[in-house]
Amino acid sequence: MSAIPADDFHEHEGGGPFIPPEIDATAQRASFVRRKPLAAIGIVILSVYVLVAVLGPFFVVDPLTTDPSNALLPPSAEHWFGTDKFGRDVFARAVYSARLDLSVGVAIAMAATAIGSVIGVIAGYWGGWVDEVMMRLTDVVLAFPGFVLALVLVAVLGNSIPNVMIAVGAAYIPYFIRLTRAEVLTQRELEYVDGARLAGNSRWRIAFRHVLPNSLRPSLVQATLVAGWSILTVAGLAFLGVGIRPPTPEWGVMVAEGAPDIITGQWWTALFPGGLIVLAVMAFHFIGDEFGGEPL
Amino acid sequence: MWRYLGKRLLISLGTILGIIILVFFIVRILPGDAAVVRAGPYANEEKIEQIRERYGLSDPIVEQFTRYVGNVVTGDLGTSIRTEASVTDELMARLPASLELAFYSVLVASMIGIPLGIAAAAYQGTWIDKSARVFAVFGSSMALFWLGLLLIYFFFFRFGWFPGPIDRLAVTTLAPLHITGFYTIDAALTGRFHVMWEAFRYLALPVITLAFVLAAPILKMVRAAMVDTLSADHVRTARAVGVPWRRILLRDGFRNALIPVATAIGIVFGYMLGGNIIVEFLFAWPGVGRYAYTAIQNNDLEALQGFVVMVGVLYVVLNVVIDLFYAWIDPRIRLGQKVAA
Repeated sequence: MSAIPADDFHEHEGGGPFIPPEIDATAQRASFVRRKPLAAIGIVILSVYVLVAVLGPFFVVDPLTTDPSNALLPPSAEHWFGTDKFGRDVFARAVYSARLDLSVGVAIAMAATAIGSVIGVIAGYWGGWVDEVMMRLTDVVLAFPGFVLALVLVAVLGNSIPNVMIAVGAAYIPYFIRLTRAEVLTQRELEYVDGARLAGNSRWRIAFRHVLPNSLRPSLVQATLVAGWSILTVAGLAFLGVGIRPPTPEWGVMVAEGAPDIITGQWWTALFPGGLIVLAVMAFHFIGDEFGGEPL
Repeated sequence: MWRYLGKRLLISLGTILGIIILVFFIVRILPGDAAVVRAGPYANEEKIEQIRERYGLSDPIVEQFTRYVGNVVTGDLGTSIRTEASVTDELMARLPASLELAFYSVLVASMIGIPLGIAAAAYQGTWIDKSARVFAVFGSSMALFWLGLLLIYFFFFRFGWFPGPIDRLAVTTLAPLHITGFYTIDAALTGRFHVMWEAFRYLALPVITLAFVLAAPILKMVRAAMVDTLSADHVRTARAVGVPWRRILLRDGFRNALIPVATAIGIVFGYMLGGNIIVEFLFAWPGVGRYAYTAIQNNDLEALQGFVVMVGVLYVVLNVVIDLFYAWIDPRIRLGQKVAA
């Protein structure tokens, strides 16, 4: 079913005793780049983003300083991405946004993975009515497009960064519950679980110390994709004026503020930050896709 | 057959009830005084009290809930706080615009996704397959608002090929007589072909924006389904006896992959049923998505709640219809056998 060729980790499954090859770090890096070129590209792009997010703010001008006499200047050596209608430097704002957007996206994906996999283990390992109730609940949540659900949650909770994170995270948790549960269902039938039980481990211990770590792989791969989608969702909400609000430097906010300039020809205020969103999301997806992530 | 049908319907009814409960829970029980949130940030005590009274927000929660379920079941999605009109009526008036946009977007997305998916499966591992995959990743990580703005900048501002993002038709054009609600079809039916042409021109940019993104999942699912069917025994036999590859692809491959392909399109369409808030906002498209956007801007929780319930219920209903359709065309499903699809 999966469109992706056999991956690194399962290559030796059932093929006799596993003999670790001699490790040559340089050759290994080269072969990773050759076998998973897209993932390598994604990692390089993301590294640049992280670098800019961490160090960039020390090198650019203040993202909130307005300067009406220099409004809507096109890109130049002084203002790489031009200036917006308040005369703020678009590049400086985009750099500050990287910090916020990347950390928000990754934090949402991590929280959703953690919560989703714990619930997934409980549903999958205990089974019975617990499982039934959980699955019906995820059915209900999955009947809504994630974006719509997040939108309503923020509308009710109020506009703030933590609320956006809660809302978007809540929309993605069901996917992780399903993924982990499916994996737990196969894992719990394996012999090591019997072994652990015979060794006298309690149910809880087996579920969380043995089965959960072994069931995490699909969720972790999916988490890469979700980190990208979270950035997209958060920015999309900000574009609609929900969640993160102006004047906070955030890519979606910048696109929203710059959108009206498009039809008068000042493309740089919206297209630069928007392009940065797409590139970041794409980098996450290149990685996730190479390791067998599935579209939601 | 009846057993299958009954079970399927029962589960769906449960899901719909779940949707109603969830939305009610989110909108009414989450933090904050429901009346204060509804009244908006500038309301005084009197106004808040008025809203509390009007929407029965001081009644016991159980009573509020049963009343709400009763209303939704009879098709009453509440009353808008801002316009004081029935949310159901307001949504129904806007649904055709969203459906027309959804229909053409999914159509164009299928026209891109299906051939690319088949080609990727037929030439697995070649550069065709790899480019299709990069295209799919590109599509699934695209920001609708960015792509939309890009298209508006080039094709409206720079080249002037398509009209600006203002509505379904120019302000000066009289909307066609309401028959199906699809402007393109209604205009053709009433013989106003220049209006039909204009409607298509206004549809073009939002449709391209959405189709680009929607083509990605269709491509991936078509490819997966084709890879599955092409590895089947009957395909290998056909190849062995020398049936031309092109014929195998279309007759043995694609025909057998039709069910998963139809599922993919159904799922994609399901997600489009609620309109697309971002694209409808960007192109000022007067559909349900834009209604939801306006509701948020106006702090109109009743309207937003109605929209969300509609989206969820439509999605579940569509899924039931798709399932029943498969059960009808594929006896293995209705007899409860496992099908690899």
